[in-house]
Amino acid sequence: MKSSAFELKHARTLREATELLAAADGDAKVLAGGQSLVPMLNLRLARPKLLVDIKRASGFRELAADDKVFSIGAGWTHAEIEDGVLEDPTRGLLRSVAHGIAYRAVRNRGTMGGSLAHADPAADWVSTLAALGATIVVEGGGERPKRHAAESFVDGAFATKLGEAEVISAIEVPRLSADASWAYHKICRKTGEFANAIGVVVLDLKAGLQRVLAGATSGSPALLPNTAARLAEAGPRAACEIVAEEIRVVLPNLDLDTQELHAVAIRRALATLGEGQRR
Amino acid sequence: MSGDGAVAEGIGARARRKEDARHLRGRGRFVGDIHMPGLREVAFLRSPMAHAKILSKTRSPDHALDIFFSEDLVGVAPIVTRSSIPGYKVSQYPVLATDKVRFVGEPVAMCVARNRAIAEDLIEQVEVGYDELPAIASCAGGRRENSELLHPEWGDNLFLETFFDSGVDQIIASAPISVELEMSCARQTMHPMEGKGVLAWWDDRADQLVVHTSTQVPHLIRAGLAECLGIAQAQIRVAPPDVGGGFGYKCLLQPEEVAVAWLAATFKKPFRWTEDRREHLVAGANARQHEYHIKAYADAQGRLLALDAEVSVDTGAYSVWPFTACLEAAQAGGNLPGPYHLAAYRCRTYSVATNKPPFAPYRGVARPGVCFAMEQVIDAIAQKVGREAWEVRRDNLVPASAMPYTNITNKHYDSGDYPEALVAAKNMIGLEAFRAGPRRDDKGRYLGIGFASFTEQSAHGTKVFASWGLPLVPGFDQAHVKLTPDGALEVAAGIHTIGQGLETTLAQIAHEQTRVPLKHIRVTLGDTAMTPFSTGAYASRGIVMSGGAVSRAAEVVAGRIKSIAAHLLQVEPAAVGFAEGRIFAANASVSYEDVGRAWYLRPDQLPETVNTAGLEATEGYKPDVDTGVFSYATHAVRLAVDAETGLVEILDYAIVEDCGRMVNPMIVEGQTYGGAAQGIGTALFEESPYDDNAQPLASTLLDYILPGPTELPSFRIDHRETLSPYSAHGIKGVGEGGAIAPPAAIVNAINDALSPLNAAVRQVPASPRRIRDAIRRARPSQAVAPEAGVAR
Repeated sequence: MKSSAFELKHARTLREATELLAAADGDAKVLAGGQSLVPMLNLRLARPKLLVDIKRASGFRELAADDKVFSIGAGWTHAEIEDGVLEDPTRGLLRSVAHGIAYRAVRNRGTMGGSLAHADPAADWVSTLAALGATIVVEGGGERPKRHAAESFVDGAFATKLGEAEVISAIEVPRLSADASWAYHKICRKTGEFANAIGVVVLDLKAGLQRVLAGATSGSPALLPNTAARLAEAGPRAACEIVAEEIRVVLPNLDLDTQELHAVAIRRALATLGEGQRR
Repeated sequence: MSGDGAVAEGIGARARRKEDARHLRGRGRFVGDIHMPGLREVAFLRSPMAHAKILSKTRSPDHALDIFFSEDLVGVAPIVTRSSIPGYKVSQYPVLATDKVRFVGEPVAMCVARNRAIAEDLIEQVEVGYDELPAIASCAGGRRENSELLHPEWGDNLFLETFFDSGVDQIIASAPISVELEMSCARQTMHPMEGKGVLAWWDDRADQLVVHTSTQVPHLIRAGLAECLGIAQAQIRVAPPDVGGGFGYKCLLQPEEVAVAWLAATFKKPFRWTEDRREHLVAGANARQHEYHIKAYADAQGRLLALDAEVSVDTGAYSVWPFTACLEAAQAGGNLPGPYHLAAYRCRTYSVATNKPPFAPYRGVARPGVCFAMEQVIDAIAQKVGREAWEVRRDNLVPASAMPYTNITNKHYDSGDYPEALVAAKNMIGLEAFRAGPRRDDKGRYLGIGFASFTEQSAHGTKVFASWGLPLVPGFDQAHVKLTPDGALEVAAGIHTIGQGLETTLAQIAHEQTRVPLKHIRVTLGDTAMTPFSTGAYASRGIVMSGGAVSRAAEVVAGRIKSIAAHLLQVEPAAVGFAEGRIFAANASVSYEDVGRAWYLRPDQLPETVNTAGLEATEGYKPDVDTGVFSYATHAVRLAVDAETGLVEILDYAIVEDCGRMVNPMIVEGQTYGGAAQGIGTALFEESPYDDNAQPLASTLLDYILPGPTELPSFRIDHRETLSPYSAHGIKGVGEGGAIAPPAAIVNAINDALSPLNAAVRQVPASPRRIRDAIRRARPSQAVAPEAGVAR
């Protein structure tokens, strides 16, 4: 279980990273925390000619804020988010999710941008950022950065809108208002393992945000708009009643057992709505 | 025994482990830590097919000296394991595949380079043409009429079929109640922290092949390598370094071990192969897969009258060496009656050849499976007669008054109070209070308690092994003990240290006899050039057999120390005793160093009649009764089942165990915790699933789930110390017991919890998916999801 040969280049800047990628003719991978990529390399499932290491490249750890959006550089680690090294614009949701990602050793190196680029359907950020309505900022595909809505950035398992010479530079997370409530529930067999089902609920009527999302599906996460509308109108208890039905509509290809599990994850998230930020 | 007022370091002391200082500092030396000039690393090309004819093997001509096929290994014999059991069919297990492959992961070619990555690059240079054959992926598949044959010369796919019947038909006809259960255990891998590894080189000075292999059985490996390579045993030295866990995976001669030894013997250079996790998950999925169909008959109170059982073992493609392909089924059939009094028993066993890795004896060997099956039978009987399961269990256990007791399969239980351990476990887990409380917790989870009782035959004697038809019958271990000129003690034994603490416990036994301070006792194990013969560390035999030998040898040396001390003190030897790290006669004393100096440096001062055997001795050991000594325990678990997710949380776990005299209670506890952790893996998490083409579906630790610290409870343990009447110091083995009971106790507890839903799980691991399916099946009107192949 050793990787095939590759060349390793350390990019000094974001721009240099994208130039290296562009020059590699699609045969390059970006190395950030390496927590998913390195196992793939060692299993020889990924066999790039070139690895572009961006760990020390400038441009991946910018922070920018206004009163609507907080932009987080893609190179911040899960552990830094967990520890509150940077501001959490979601009133605790990001910190809480970060705390539950894999194990601390993984969190110490793994980055938010890396997790999104890898796009494992069971990864926590893929679901969380989609539920928040975050925007993923991508550079390298032209003079101006591209912006993708998080819920449509992931096309399926391990597939994203990221071009061959593009990198994720930042994630713009909407600020939640003081009235907002959120809940995150994941079902997994063992602490730190990838989830079998994730339920995310974000409700912030002041910011016009009402979202219920099923994650850790076999492809991209699925929004449940009817359940979300019901939640906004009639509250979590009423929303729970229509979850199973809507899951069957939005995730029709899953077997009965898996659909039920996703419904459980969402109902449990709804049942604890708002508890996370009170903790 | 150790009550002479000195700091207790002998038998029974909670002495700190000698081996911890190096391991905790990362200063142990394992196969992977060895540096050697010119060392070449080896990688194996493994079969991607479960069953196929090999049509062609191709490498480019310039790779003739770094890529090897079976045809290149001139003079190497396949691994062949014969058995004296009538009807047993012998497999030819090639070191590298010849004309056929029989499981995914079977070695086909060997590639050599200056590092592993380049060796793996070489694998990609090899082309193998396969003609795929239908694969046997299950016991049922292997026994089907006209099924494809793994070994066509056999005529069927059965290594062995056995039948035992004490005469049950009459009892069955008149039995008041009966239960019938079908149960199964998933295939597993063993996952020692250190995988398999072997480094071999040629020592020109000794004119010897030297093999540093991660093994439990160095002396056996020497015999096996000699047989396969056609080299005299004297020309092979097996010198195992530190071994990071064995669990049975390393008590076998592996093809990779033979292949790497052949490289070193042929090219006279050092070569190493280090198993990686993926190789282990795919080619090492070789344990635990049993199927049970049991009918049990009892009276109206639940007393067992007869047991009628059929056991199938998914044995894999070849027999391992030396433990045969029928050890598992023999152990299953022989141990199924467990700790219970049973008057009538019928059992048929099938050891079915399948296209999977060859079955190996994993910690507990068959007994986790039989305990899982038998303990569910007890609970089912209890449910049928409307009594508490622990009461029915108690009424059926062999009582202390019946000891020693020979059971229906001729197992000789030497000592113990099985019912008392059960009752103690029931009290520890708080059954009465639990029954008075709610069935569900505040989160709505269903609560249950389960029990499992078992006996653990340890240090099986020669006759027991002979009855299983093994080609090598484990014998009587020897040990060598020597006082050094400066008064320290050197102990050497051929058994190996694999993490079980023998460097400490053997020293404690030597201390018990000689009273040389523990810190001055050095233990050397395993190296065939430095230790007397031992068959090795398996079957919970080390502390009984090697411990017995060390005790005898140390006793002899102690007598000689006393003789010389008596001379120095000018008294009779009988007047001499050990105390406070010295040798006393009344108030006068000499030190061990005085004695050592006298013998080695100033023999001129010793009397004419001095015993010239000196201050060293090699002694062997055989227990008085040579049929094994039986440890036993009851495990009790309280847990919660989330019916919506199928997740199980263990809330409390109590163990009452008895392994006779404990040499070091801390080590007994460590062995029990570690075993129980593995048992929880069997019960809830670990599974190597295969598809219908016998393709493995778990090839990384993402798919194969091992329990971690957050999944394990804080075990509570209570000891009993019923000495064995047959072994030195009354010691019994304890290495395997912890792993035996958890699948049974946990599934019984899950089924107790789910009883309000009328749901029951009969398979391990009791994965969330299996639990959800069981609950769904119990709902009358719901559509039933098909049983999932992969536990999720």
